[in-house]
Amino acid sequence: MAEERRPKQCTVVLPTESMKAMAESIGVGQLQEESCAALSEEVSYRIKEIAQDALKFMHHGKRCKLTTSDIDHALKLKNVEPLYGFQSQEFIPFRFASGGGRELHFYEEKEVDLSDIINTPLPRVPLDVSLKAHWLSIEGVQPAIPENPPPAPKEQQKTESTEPLKAVKPGQEEEGSIQKGQGATSAEAKGKKDGLMRMKPRSTHELSVEQQLYYKEITEACVGSCEAKRAEALQSIATDPGLYQMLPRFSTFISEGVRVNVVQNNLALLIYLMRMVKALMDNPTLYLEKYLHELIPAVVTCIVSKQLCLRPDVDNHWALRDFAARLMAQSCKTFSTTTNNIQSRITKTFTKVYNKCWLDDKTQWTTRYGCIAGLSELGPDVIKTLILPRLTVEGARIKAVSDGPVVSNIDKIGADHVQSLLLKHCASVIAKARPLPDNVEQYRADYGYLGPMLCSHVVKARAQAALQAQQVNRTTLTITQPRPTLTVSQSGIGGSGGSRTASIIKVPSSLTLMSTRPGTPTQLSPPATKYIVMATSSGSSSTQQVLWMAVLLFLFSLKYPYYGKSNSNKQVNL
Amino acid sequence: MAAVQDGQLNLEVEKDIKTEITNDGSGNINANSSSPGSTSSGGKSKSPAGSGEDQQTLLAVLQFLKRNKLTESVDILRREAGLSADADDSPVSESAGAGSGGVPSVGADGGDANSLLSRVSIATPVAPPATAPPKVVAASGGEDQPDVNVVLSAYSQQGDPVLYPLYYNGLKKFIESVLDCHRAELSQVFYPLFVHMYLELVYNNHENEAKQFFEKFSGDQECYYEEDLRILSSMSKKEHMKGNETMLDFRTSKFVLRISRDSYQVSCLGKPEMSRSLWQLTITYRMLSYQLLKRHLQERQNNQIWNIIQEHLYIDIFDGMPRSKSQIDAMSGSLAGEGKRDANKAKVFYGLLKEPEIEVPLDDEDEEAENEEGKPKKKKPKKDSMGSKSKKQDPNAPQQTRIPLPELKDSDKLDKIMNMKEATKKIRLGPDNLPSICFYSFLNAYQGLTAVDFTDDSSLIAGGFADSTVRVWSVTPKKLRRVKSAADLSNIDKESDDVLERIMDEKTASESKILYGHSGPVYGISFSPDRNYLLSSSEDGTVRLWSLQTFTCLVGYKGHNYPVWDTQFSPYGYYFISGGHDRVARLWATDHYQPLRMFAGHLADITCTLFHPNSNYVATGSADRTIRLWDVLTGNCVRILTGHKGPIHSLAFSPNGKFMASGATDGRVLLWDVGHGLMVGELKGHTDTIYALKFSRDGEILASGSMDNTVKLWDTLKAFDDVELDDFTAATGHIHLPENSQELLLGTYMTKSTPVIHLHFTRRNLLLAAGAYNP
Repeated sequence: MAEERRPKQCTVVLPTESMKAMAESIGVGQLQEESCAALSEEVSYRIKEIAQDALKFMHHGKRCKLTTSDIDHALKLKNVEPLYGFQSQEFIPFRFASGGGRELHFYEEKEVDLSDIINTPLPRVPLDVSLKAHWLSIEGVQPAIPENPPPAPKEQQKTESTEPLKAVKPGQEEEGSIQKGQGATSAEAKGKKDGLMRMKPRSTHELSVEQQLYYKEITEACVGSCEAKRAEALQSIATDPGLYQMLPRFSTFISEGVRVNVVQNNLALLIYLMRMVKALMDNPTLYLEKYLHELIPAVVTCIVSKQLCLRPDVDNHWALRDFAARLMAQSCKTFSTTTNNIQSRITKTFTKVYNKCWLDDKTQWTTRYGCIAGLSELGPDVIKTLILPRLTVEGARIKAVSDGPVVSNIDKIGADHVQSLLLKHCASVIAKARPLPDNVEQYRADYGYLGPMLCSHVVKARAQAALQAQQVNRTTLTITQPRPTLTVSQSGIGGSGGSRTASIIKVPSSLTLMSTRPGTPTQLSPPATKYIVMATSSGSSSTQQVLWMAVLLFLFSLKYPYYGKSNSNKQVNL
Repeated sequence: MAAVQDGQLNLEVEKDIKTEITNDGSGNINANSSSPGSTSSGGKSKSPAGSGEDQQTLLAVLQFLKRNKLTESVDILRREAGLSADADDSPVSESAGAGSGGVPSVGADGGDANSLLSRVSIATPVAPPATAPPKVVAASGGEDQPDVNVVLSAYSQQGDPVLYPLYYNGLKKFIESVLDCHRAELSQVFYPLFVHMYLELVYNNHENEAKQFFEKFSGDQECYYEEDLRILSSMSKKEHMKGNETMLDFRTSKFVLRISRDSYQVSCLGKPEMSRSLWQLTITYRMLSYQLLKRHLQERQNNQIWNIIQEHLYIDIFDGMPRSKSQIDAMSGSLAGEGKRDANKAKVFYGLLKEPEIEVPLDDEDEEAENEEGKPKKKKPKKDSMGSKSKKQDPNAPQQTRIPLPELKDSDKLDKIMNMKEATKKIRLGPDNLPSICFYSFLNAYQGLTAVDFTDDSSLIAGGFADSTVRVWSVTPKKLRRVKSAADLSNIDKESDDVLERIMDEKTASESKILYGHSGPVYGISFSPDRNYLLSSSEDGTVRLWSLQTFTCLVGYKGHNYPVWDTQFSPYGYYFISGGHDRVARLWATDHYQPLRMFAGHLADITCTLFHPNSNYVATGSADRTIRLWDVLTGNCVRILTGHKGPIHSLAFSPNGKFMASGATDGRVLLWDVGHGLMVGELKGHTDTIYALKFSRDGEILASGSMDNTVKLWDTLKAFDDVELDDFTAATGHIHLPENSQELLLGTYMTKSTPVIHLHFTRRNLLLAAGAYNP
């Protein structure tokens, strides 16, 4: 006998309000409470019945996602007219509306102008079904080709790095990792033995000749002068499923590279190396935990180093600091566990440095900037506890630089940058935390020199938030013909627990920035993870290049518009 | 209650008299047996005995009448009671079960049975609540589904709803207090009891009590019944019960339990005060057990549970040790309990048919001998062994002419020769020699691929799609061509040697062809063995036969009015089987527009169908979680295999016809011995529905493909070797399954987000897999 109690199954019934709403939609005004209750029970039962039938169609359709056509077929089984108008959509966007103490979810039916439809050009014909054969296994061994999943799934790498002693069987379930097959040429040959040698302690990392070649090519391209090649190489690092074995080399390459180039103040190379880190982190098949001890110091160096470039007054090393700070935040988010405690350790590091420069006026503005950037990327909580209390002191210091006698141009630029950084990050946090009204004097009292500017930023932030809220509000007020049946059936389906998509497409990480912001340049096609399968490497390189350039340009244009204009080819002039 | 019966009396006076006789008779007999709780005359009896006993007495009366040569009365009475003709021929003990089991089967005179049942059903001593339905039976009399009403009327007897949880709890305590070795067996009774008590509460409009009852005890049920419980839980009103299929399944079929005789004897010793009178009635231990259990329940002054057991459960007693929990769990899980043991007693000729002798290979071989020197020596012995094998008649094989099979055409013979030639090049597979797997991915299928099939020679692949189309691809360089139109054909010189080439229209050559005709998703697809035809079954309720010469539809077989989930050609062609939502599997011949056989018996949708390699049997898997094997000749169900915990979606016979594998939504593969009707193995490893199963050409390896995007290979030789079949297990069907899934698993191959929906071994033992890529 199963001991544990399953969740109550028999109590899920539609609310009587839904019945009223449905009755109203077909013109029945006053429905008695009792009839509502009786109706809702009946309707709930019928919906469950239909959902259960629809599941059969899903199973026989060999899917794990219930579609609207399944429900139509289930209705047909019961000799019920199917619901028209819901076909061929991935999902149906329900909107929420409230008003007069009632809440509604409805399907918005827009009025469509027929002439518009007639005049729009025909959509492209979808690709026809085609058949492609590949070797899933050759005499019991799975070849590492792009058509097959990567030999060592990320989950497995993770368990290995966290529980090294526990033996893991090959071929475990992994989340829907979708990679671009591009670039997966030479690196594939090795995958063969990978499955069998899983139990062996990986003390030696011997690379095959192909892998060595690949490594050489990639690293050269990454730090070379040809941007097109670099973009391709980074793309390969970010998507190739077979890099697992080369990871230690890449990690060492990056940490050594940073060490040398910081001393030489070679900004361009530092940027390239950071982009490599990012590409490695973006690769859905790699789990970097084991190599963080090399990567994190390199990244932190790029954030807080006193000098990163030869001409601090002209070069935009600030962008590198921002980029690295975001990388840091991303790795904190991804890899922080209770055992390694990365997030708190990083925070501590930054705070320590920051404390030092707080006490010491002589600290470089660059380091100060790096600390603040690093901290503020870690999230609003960190900003609230660590940065806000110091705004007054920081403000005074900035004031001293800007008002005082011109010491040096470098200091002035530094102070400017710190100021805009503080304003940007603090404003949103304050807007959320601080109650209205936004009084300039009050702000001045609280935050000192930066107060008034903060105040205006906060006001702006609030206005923006309000605007968004209003947009949401507006939609909720329009109540069109409700479609109650489907609202319900959706919940019914959810309850029966069969419909779930098999593969979750990974949302691009926050660093890519592309899809999250409005006004993205048009050439930004959907995230790279969307292209898949069998695209050969030829031809795609140019689009990738554009893509990568666009990402970086966009990144920089966010803060430094003038750099956005400088055209593609040379990132080096930063 | 009285009101109801009065109504019946007014309506059918004559019948009432008959039943009165019945009751009188039963009174006499029971007086003889001095049973304290027997019924007395008249319909308004307040005796605690249930209707089950009335059934029994009815049978006793029948026998009495028979003995006195009152055949007319016997006939009348039997007709009145709606008993099946053979019921009274069996001993009383047997017919006690069969009698009440016969009730649902009377569709025609359901009304009569109705009145009878309502007549004999008696209110329990506890006062019926005020909310009792005033006209249960009469109200449902005019419905167009007499079956349902008959079934439902069985619930008209009712007790105090508040006491139901107490009853259930009481039984629970009783079973928990028995010896460990018997507890597992006796606790099988919980689930069916729970279901029927819940339904009874719902039927009698005790909605809240039903809900409480469900909440209180649903957690105790085995986890594999969850699906059914979900359906049950949604039924909270009497109106819901009408037309609900699951409910009907529970009502019309008896839930079968297997309990060892031992368990009963032990519980018998525990009750020394067994009344002598009951002994007189009992002939077999089964009867004894009934009475014992009944006694236990009577002591607690309720006969609700007893009634349910009498009416809705079939308890199958076997000799020997009680089974362990794991043994029970392995076999249970189906919608209607386990298969009855005698259901699997029929002999199944699982051997293969004798291969027709074909002389041609010899000169063919000579040809090869000329081409490759040295080889023929190696080949000779092989060929000989094959020849001798086919000459010897397998003792387990059916007669060659048991069912008429189509004659071999010249082209078939040619194909056979090809087959044999290929077979000589076959790779011998084994744990150390795994097959290569070639995966055919359907790209841009947009989640619409619903079925796939390969031809036996692996030259064509067909896909059924949710957009109602069927597509055929050629996977060899040979393109698909249509036959020329009639006008063009008349111009062809029929005497020329290459006439077969000439009739083809070169202009139509292409790698794939699309077949339009269905009006719903295509769920099943099957090539004919000669590659001339293709079958497809669809949501629109038809099975279509397509010609692969003209790429047009030849016939639409109508008969299933609901979606047809699967169809399959016989390995010898000509016949095919289809099964679908209407729960009936149909056997067709390509040249008949009506089915030759209808195989009815499954309690839910038939989800997959398969021919036995000798074409004499057909296996069907169903959503009621059973597999049935049907005899094509007689149309009888010869095997009921239970053990899956979810709808079965794939079946495969081993090439020698002796074993079968089945895969279900529960992610397990079960192996069966067809001859004995036994489960012989369980392969765990998949995490989602198994849509594809296939044995290698020699049967050493089983490949399974699943929704979890993996292909797994299993060592079936070892699996079948590990099973020790002694006489006892063969007789009882209770086998200790070795827990060796991990040892048997030879390999797991992940695909890239591509569910595997079909598998096929080529004649050289290369494994082909197919599925739609799902980005």
